[in-house]
Amino acid sequence: MNIITCIKRVPSTETNVRVGSDGKSLETSGVEYILSPFDEIALEESLRVKEKLIAAEQSGVPANVGSDVTAITVGTPDAATTLRTCLAMGADKAVHIKDADAYKRDPFAVASALASVIKTMPYNLILCGKQAVDDDNSQVGAMLARLLNIPFVSLITKLEISGTNALVQREISGGYEVLEVTLPAVLTAQKGLNEPRYPSLKGIMGAKKKPLEEKTATFDSATIETIKMEYPPSRPAGRVVGKGVEAVPELVKLLKEEAKII
Amino acid sequence: MQPILVFVEQANGQIKKTSLEAVSEARRQADVIKTEVVALVIAEKADAFIKDAGSYGANKVVAVEGADFKEYLTASYTRATLAVVNSVNPMAVLFSATPNGKDLAASVGAELKISVIQDCISLNYDNGAFVARRPIYAGKSIITVKALKTPVLVTLRPKVFPLGATASQTPSVEKLAVSLTADDKRVKLKEVVQSGQKKMELTEADIIVSGGRGMKAPENFKVIEELAGVLNAAVGASRAAVDSGWRPHTDQVGQTGKTVCPTLYVACGISGAIQHLAGMSSSKCIVAINKDPEAPIFKVANYGVVGDLFEVVPALCTELKKN
Repeated sequence: MNIITCIKRVPSTETNVRVGSDGKSLETSGVEYILSPFDEIALEESLRVKEKLIAAEQSGVPANVGSDVTAITVGTPDAATTLRTCLAMGADKAVHIKDADAYKRDPFAVASALASVIKTMPYNLILCGKQAVDDDNSQVGAMLARLLNIPFVSLITKLEISGTNALVQREISGGYEVLEVTLPAVLTAQKGLNEPRYPSLKGIMGAKKKPLEEKTATFDSATIETIKMEYPPSRPAGRVVGKGVEAVPELVKLLKEEAKII
Repeated sequence: MQPILVFVEQANGQIKKTSLEAVSEARRQADVIKTEVVALVIAEKADAFIKDAGSYGANKVVAVEGADFKEYLTASYTRATLAVVNSVNPMAVLFSATPNGKDLAASVGAELKISVIQDCISLNYDNGAFVARRPIYAGKSIITVKALKTPVLVTLRPKVFPLGATASQTPSVEKLAVSLTADDKRVKLKEVVQSGQKKMELTEADIIVSGGRGMKAPENFKVIEELAGVLNAAVGASRAAVDSGWRPHTDQVGQTGKTVCPTLYVACGISGAIQHLAGMSSSKCIVAINKDPEAPIFKVANYGVVGDLFEVVPALCTELKKN
């Protein structure tokens, strides 16, 4: 079973976003980068699928030979650090589609570059985060599935592999669905699927010896152009109505008469 | 002029309110551009949705019907949407930024080789191109983007675009037959589990009452649920409450949870970490109840009460019931 996990290097969720001097991109100086949290969940699930298959094989159930987890990214040269994090968590190898302009790429350009490289690799399952937490685009997974002509399910919160099928739970408005999917397929991970592990010291040391392959791809031209990046409208300064239960009648009065929302 | 196509999403046999918002926005755009609005209905039986789409401004409904389209599945709905896009040749396709709307838009985008402008909070047609604004970093920043290709594919954030005035016009109806291939049937829906009528989707709720680390234990959320009951609100939670296992991850508001913009957001025992503030600070009115007067949540709250939530929230319930 060959499992591919698509990942992205993103600014830490603790980052205070600052607009760069061009007025349309993030000011990157002093920003700490992390593996996008939903991609981290996708990678964790890939590792768990592999571990389950190995455990099954050891207990006598014939499993697919050569279970292998590959982390892949379209990223700037420094995304190699994030791929090393994936290797430290337990991925067997990493593929870096190097692109100096990665942060400016359209979702379609990224998906088609990923598809062009993934097409040359063996795979039975592709996992992605449901969205990257920087551009919040939620499209690369769906696009990748169409480009590879394989099934797609987004927002999964549970995954069970049985033979050439996967049984998944998918989050929908106000509930969830249970779906059966034939493999290979692209699935996107939602929070709740698992709790990602921390890389162990042994993992971090071992990551240095694992293969990290560099690839190039051609990118489609942009179909969306960013014109401006700005801060959200500032909220009026907070106002404390009072302390404890004594403040409650005044609060309700304000919500009714001033804010007019109840 | 090419029409504007709007995908009408249904849930439990009814048009979703957020889709009526999308039809309303399509109408406003079409009035500026002087073009028509075509609503796309994909359903087992489309008739029930046609009147509503018309009353919010669709000139025409194109319906794709059949047992294959009873429930949302990415591949079958993509096939149907592509058939309609090819048939009506729209300048723009509008979807709601719901789980299914975002999923479908991206899948259709791949076939058209066009990226989707996801989660828009405003849309303008200017000098022959659509320009949209959308939050990124869960709302820590807003970007303005321009579509360079047609059709422009956009998803509209729920609760941002107002419902338009209702009209009494009856739209013309065209039914388009779409057949699926074997490839479209590689995902099978086995079961749909709804969490019950009371479970309101956070991103579509008018009022949200959220609890954080200050709730101290899962059973204490009954205090929050009671207030939510009085206000007819959805229940949310901070990452701290979710990671402690007190609430399901589906309740999480913030950068790794949901970005919400209700009319009223009541934050109880939530200190206001940057990731949480990102997810809720576009709420129209924020009320914070917290023991710590220095908590960052008070900086964004329209109204704050410094105090023990276990005293203040029940008192708030009593006061609201009085009125």
